[in-house]
Amino acid sequence: MKFTEEHEWLRVEGDEVVVGITAHAAEQLGDVVFIELPEEGTMVSKDDEVVVIESVKAASDILAPLDGEITEVNEALVEEPGKVNEDPEGDAWFFKMKIEDMSALDDLMDEADYKKYIG
Amino acid sequence: MEYAGCRITSTRLNVKGCRVSDLKRTPLYDLHVALGAKMVPFAGYEMPVQYSLGVMKEHLQCRAAAGLFDVSHMGQAILRSDDPEVAKAALERLIPQDVLGLGEGRQRYGFFTNDAGGIEDDLMFANRGDHLFVVVNAACKEADVARMRAALEPEVTVKLLENRALLALQGPKAEAVLAEHHPSVAEMRFMDVATVPIAGAECWVSRSGYTGEDGYEISVPVAAATDLAKALLAHEDVEAIGLGARDSLRLEAGLCLYGHDIDATTSPVEGGLTWGIQKMRRAGGDREGGFPGADRVLREMAEGISRKRVGLLPEGRAPMREGTALFASAEADTPIGGVTSGGFGPTVGAPVAMGYVDAGHAEIGAALFGEVRGKRLPVSVAKLPFVAAGFKR
Repeated sequence: MKFTEEHEWLRVEGDEVVVGITAHAAEQLGDVVFIELPEEGTMVSKDDEVVVIESVKAASDILAPLDGEITEVNEALVEEPGKVNEDPEGDAWFFKMKIEDMSALDDLMDEADYKKYIG
Repeated sequence: MEYAGCRITSTRLNVKGCRVSDLKRTPLYDLHVALGAKMVPFAGYEMPVQYSLGVMKEHLQCRAAAGLFDVSHMGQAILRSDDPEVAKAALERLIPQDVLGLGEGRQRYGFFTNDAGGIEDDLMFANRGDHLFVVVNAACKEADVARMRAALEPEVTVKLLENRALLALQGPKAEAVLAEHHPSVAEMRFMDVATVPIAGAECWVSRSGYTGEDGYEISVPVAAATDLAKALLAHEDVEAIGLGARDSLRLEAGLCLYGHDIDATTSPVEGGLTWGIQKMRRAGGDREGGFPGADRVLREMAEGISRKRVGLLPEGRAPMREGTALFASAEADTPIGGVTSGGFGPTVGAPVAMGYVDAGHAEIGAALFGEVRGKRLPVSVAKLPFVAAGFKR
C-alpha cells in the first residue's frame, strides 16, 4: 500500500490502483453520513476534487492522488456511508483508477513513512 | 475540527479568531481529557466535541438511555433585590416574557430583545424565591451581564457566578439515574427548579434541557462538579456526550442555536418563538409591550412577517448545512431563503435542517431547492420538531 499526504491509501491491482482513505482519516472525520462519487470514465488530474464525503461534523473533499481515469466506483458506499468508519482500508474503497504514469506511485509514502507522518 | 488533508469545506462549532492559548477551560476539563474527548474551541472555551463513542452513537445514546453534558461554559447569574418583586419587574423591561407571573420553583425560556426587535440572546430564568437565577449562552454572557447591569442596577444586583459548574443529564433514563442520588427529583415536572443535595453538594436542579428529551440541568459548586459528573457517569445507562451530538439533538428537537438560527436581526416572530411570549406581554395583555423592540414584535404578531423560520427535510442523502441557499425552483435566480442549521439527524436517519424562507414558501410541504456544491437538490418545508419531545409535563 502507498499513502498520500491527503490521508488516502492506494493499492495496486493489476494495471489499476484502488483508492480509499486511511483509518486515521476516517477516525478524524467521524461518522460518515454522505458520499458522492465521481462518474466512471472521468479523466482526473492530481488534486482534482473527486469525492465529496460528509461526516456528522463536516463536509470534505477527497482529491485525486495522481493523474488518470476513474474506472470503477464503489456504489455500495452511497447506500451505506458508515462502511467508511467500519472498514476504511478494506471494503470501503472509493474508486479504482488507471494511472497514466505508474512510476508516480514511487513518490508516495509507504506505510512506515505514513505512520511517521501522522505521528 | 480542522483536519489537515481532507479539506473541510464547511464546519460549525468553531469560533473563528480564538487562539488556543486564549481559551478558557471548564472545571471538568481534566475529566474530559481523561475520558478521551476531542477538545475544540467553542465560544471561547476548550470544549469536548465528542468522546470515544463518536457523535452518532452519543446522539442515539441520549435518545435511548441517558447522556451527560458539560455546559459549564454557559453563564449563570443571580438577580437579587430587597423585594424580589422588584427584580422580576425589572427583568421584564429587558425580555418579552411574563416574569412577575412565574411561580416560585418554576423556570421559563426567554430572550433578550434589542430596540430593533432582534434577539440579543436566549436564556432560561428561574424564580428561586428570594432571587432570580438566569442561564445565558457562553458567547453572550459578558454582554448579557453588562446589559442587565446597565438596565437594572442599582435597584437590582446582577452577579455572574464563577464558582458553579453546569451539567445536563438528558434522556429517558435521566429520571431514574438522578433519583438514585435524591428521590425528590422524580417528582419534579418539566421546568420545575429545586435545591437538591446531591453527592454532598448543594445543587440547583431544573427539569429541563436542550435535547428534546426529558432530563435535568444541574448547577453544582465547582469543587464538587467533577465528583458529581463521575458519580453520574458511573451508572451503566449514562455516557458522556459532546457538543457534536448536542448540536444534532437540539436540531432534531427544532431548538434554535443562538447566533445561527436566531440573532440580533431576527425577531422572535420570524424565529417562530411567539409561544415564548406570554399573553400578559402581548397586545391586550395587562403588561403589554414594555420590552426593547416591542413595537416591531407586537406589530409583526398582528400583521404578519415576510420571512419565517421553518424545518427543512432534504429529499436525498446530502446534508444541507448552514449557509445553503434555498430557491423556489431548480432554475430561479434569486434565493427565497437559506439554511441556518443543518446536518445529519441520527434519530431521523436522514439529513435535517432549519432555516428562514419568505413567508409565501413557509407552508408545511412546500417544495424548494437547496443549492449544494452548485447543484439544486430538492428539499421540503417540514413541521418542527423532527423528533417528538419527551418532556415530563
